[in-house]
Amino acid sequence: MSDVTVVGAGPAGMAAALAAAGAGCQVDLLDSAPRPGGQFHRQPFTGAPDPGAPFAALATHPRIRWHPDTTVWAAEPGPRLYLRHEDGPARVLDSRAVVLATGGYDRALPFPGWDLPGVLTAGGMQALLKGQRLLAGRRVVLSGTGPFLLPVAAAMAEAGARVVGVFEAGHPGRWSRHLPAVRAVPGKLREGWDYLRVLRRHRVPVRFRHAVVRAHGDGEVTGATAARLRPDWTVVPGSTRRVEVDAIGVGYGFVPVLELALALSAAATPDGVEVDRWQRTTAAGVFAAGETTGIGGAALAAAEGQLAGLAAAVHCGRLDGPAAARIGRAAWRDRYRHRRFADALRAVYPVRDGWRTWLDGDTVVCRCEEVPLAALRHALDDLAVTDLRTLKLVTRAGMGMCQGRVCGNAVADLLRAHTGCPVPDPLRLATRPLAVPVPLGVLAGLDRPATP
Amino acid sequence: MTDVVVIGAGIVGAACADQLAAAGLSVTVLERGAIASGTTGAGEGNVLISDKEPGPELDLALLSREMWARLGDELPEAAAEPKGGIVVALTEDEHAALLDFANRQQAAGVVTEPLTPEQARQAEPYLTPSLAGAVRYPQDMQVQPARATAALLGRARSRGARLHTESPVTGFTRDAAGRITSVHTPRASFPASTVVNAAGLDSAAVAAFAGSALPVQPRRGYILVTEPVPPLVRAKVYDAAYVSNVASGDEALQTSTVVERTDGGTILIGASRERVGLDARLRIDVLARLARQAVRLFPVLATVCAIRAYRGFRPYCPDHLPIISRDPLVPNLVHATGHEGAGIGLAPGTGYLVRCLVTGEPTPLDPAPFRLGRPGLAP
Amino acid sequence: MSGCFEITFDGVPVPVRPGETIGAALLRSGRRAWRVSRVDGRPRGLFCGIGICYDCLVVVGGQAAVRACQRVAAPGDVVTCHE
Repeated sequence: MSDVTVVGAGPAGMAAALAAAGAGCQVDLLDSAPRPGGQFHRQPFTGAPDPGAPFAALATHPRIRWHPDTTVWAAEPGPRLYLRHEDGPARVLDSRAVVLATGGYDRALPFPGWDLPGVLTAGGMQALLKGQRLLAGRRVVLSGTGPFLLPVAAAMAEAGARVVGVFEAGHPGRWSRHLPAVRAVPGKLREGWDYLRVLRRHRVPVRFRHAVVRAHGDGEVTGATAARLRPDWTVVPGSTRRVEVDAIGVGYGFVPVLELALALSAAATPDGVEVDRWQRTTAAGVFAAGETTGIGGAALAAAEGQLAGLAAAVHCGRLDGPAAARIGRAAWRDRYRHRRFADALRAVYPVRDGWRTWLDGDTVVCRCEEVPLAALRHALDDLAVTDLRTLKLVTRAGMGMCQGRVCGNAVADLLRAHTGCPVPDPLRLATRPLAVPVPLGVLAGLDRPATP
Repeated sequence: MTDVVVIGAGIVGAACADQLAAAGLSVTVLERGAIASGTTGAGEGNVLISDKEPGPELDLALLSREMWARLGDELPEAAAEPKGGIVVALTEDEHAALLDFANRQQAAGVVTEPLTPEQARQAEPYLTPSLAGAVRYPQDMQVQPARATAALLGRARSRGARLHTESPVTGFTRDAAGRITSVHTPRASFPASTVVNAAGLDSAAVAAFAGSALPVQPRRGYILVTEPVPPLVRAKVYDAAYVSNVASGDEALQTSTVVERTDGGTILIGASRERVGLDARLRIDVLARLARQAVRLFPVLATVCAIRAYRGFRPYCPDHLPIISRDPLVPNLVHATGHEGAGIGLAPGTGYLVRCLVTGEPTPLDPAPFRLGRPGLAP
Repeated sequence: MSGCFEITFDGVPVPVRPGETIGAALLRSGRRAWRVSRVDGRPRGLFCGIGICYDCLVVVGGQAAVRACQRVAAPGDVVTCHE
């Protein structure tokens, strides 16, 4: 049995692994990618890795076993993880403690034409650029809400793309209500300012209360309709204009990855896994850190990761509580500051219900099963559907290959707007006993628990 | 004044509401959660004749099957796909038992077509070559349970029935003779001249509110779902062990293969049966066993990905027959529950029988084998 | 760049730089879409780019449902359209 298994090698997972190993634990660090770093410290396949990431410390630590290209496809209370390395057989890994640092991904909103090739998530554009040194398009537009649009637009412009606009559906004027939270993390303000300077240098217009509400093209994106939005995100009549682009990047905040936490019986909300001051979840031996506990950025993730690693070491009996508190003091302070900022970020950049008015009846909401808005409306209006599960069963929305990862929030929003009540089963589309597709032959080959 | 309160908006409650509304009664349906949110939403949508022993359940299944076949003409969303079933015997012993079973079914009115291994492989080209024989059951069908439930409730509502979701029943008011006079939920109370208990897994708790007792218990089952694939599987295909599992009360885990493709292109793989109370865990080793058995039946599935697994609980009675009966202690309470894994298939006939019990119309078949108080329900 | 190699997509050679994903190689070769959707036959390519959305699926050497954005191309990979 392993001491601590850390799932995910982004900022939170790397910090957790180093903290737990530093306290004397034997650590297994897993990631589905070939190299550590996660989305934030994504390493290019050529050239030098991000110097800010603790790659060297990870690589040389005698008590950290690094498992690249390893997916966790299922989990059970214990905690027990079911793994697979590349295309290999299914394996079982039992540990005294598990740290979930599974991150998050861009939230996309449906709009007419969003399934045309050339529409990507902002994070997808960034991953292509950082990891593959490849531009998703020559003339691009970014649309969404939240500060993450800025670094993506800046990086695209620096790499030679013509960025014809950054359309922020929200309004940063709302920051004025959260000045203390901003002052506590001065680096963030500087960072934002730097991106804006880059964008100005490339003459990239940044428009608030604007969004791309339609993608055009026959077979692939050739243009977009941008519009000015009211505060509720409905389109201001007469404000639409067409821009010629070959790629559209969209990002309306982030969605935490919850399925392993839920499979391990840890309590969660759609915003993240519930954790206490030691990053403990409600499931014994299960800790969580980083975006999976709520979106907050790399610095917060690293602080949470360190605390989770220390707490896991305490759980394994490798460290006593007072010592952990001593080592974690600075991380606690960082976590407090960055959480406050993250809370403000959520308050400043909410997704407003008006996005629903951008859609036509035939706009696909679930991309996998190609379920149009009209089918969801029929289920809600005519078939008395009042919960996510039945909505999914009746329409097939959320039943496809991505298992509701892309459309889940949108479908839940449509349901909530229809009934006027909170969705009774908000985690229904986030519950995925199989965290990734697994061939039946591999599943069939699963034998008794063994160590990897 | 409501004539009938139906408790439960699963497939059985929906079928009862549909029939009672069609009979001209004023119907209110009370559902604890959302429609089809219990056993119905966790099922495969089996309308099966193949797995039924000759006897009252088979009679009810044949009646219901004919009703399902007609329903599709009236309600397109409740349309059943008449894909037929093929039961595969992998060993000579299984084959002999299967043929004997099929012969007895045929005598009771079931259409059975014994297949040689070659004929079976002609019908299902990806079936394992190592089989002893098979029997085709052309009467087996498949429906999409949640859609069918919604469609039946929709028709009942168009005939005046009212549906209240998120409305768990919390108790009854009864008069001196023991009759229920009103049904309580947290938000409202509903007067009733008759109450139909179609609450599935909750039906024992509902009966207890009226001072009655039902021996209905949960039996856990898992289903594995694959990525969408071309038609590698055409019919509902089972291994012959399925029949003996259904009729068994063994607490230990039982699995036998049921493989079929849905209209969404996915392949459903069942079925496991465990008596573990309402333990909601999903055991990966059980999923592995289902995968193993599916690959044994269809080796081509080894490279097809499972993308989802889900769990449900079937409401079962000790003798594996449903309870469709007036309550001997509570004169105006009618139960329609305990269908185990056969609720989808048996729902239309159950709804019809309930209608007859409520209105006094002649019953289409003898209701005695389904009555509460039969010897098979004794502990 | 040194070490470049080729894979094929539906029989057509596609140049690859070592370490590159199949999705990136296809995009670099000018392809924006390499799959049609099951229901309506719509073109699909990269969307999330990080392995979440399963839009960019390809068949690699007979194995279906491979995410082009995640799979690092290997010399000689025979890639075909999914479904």
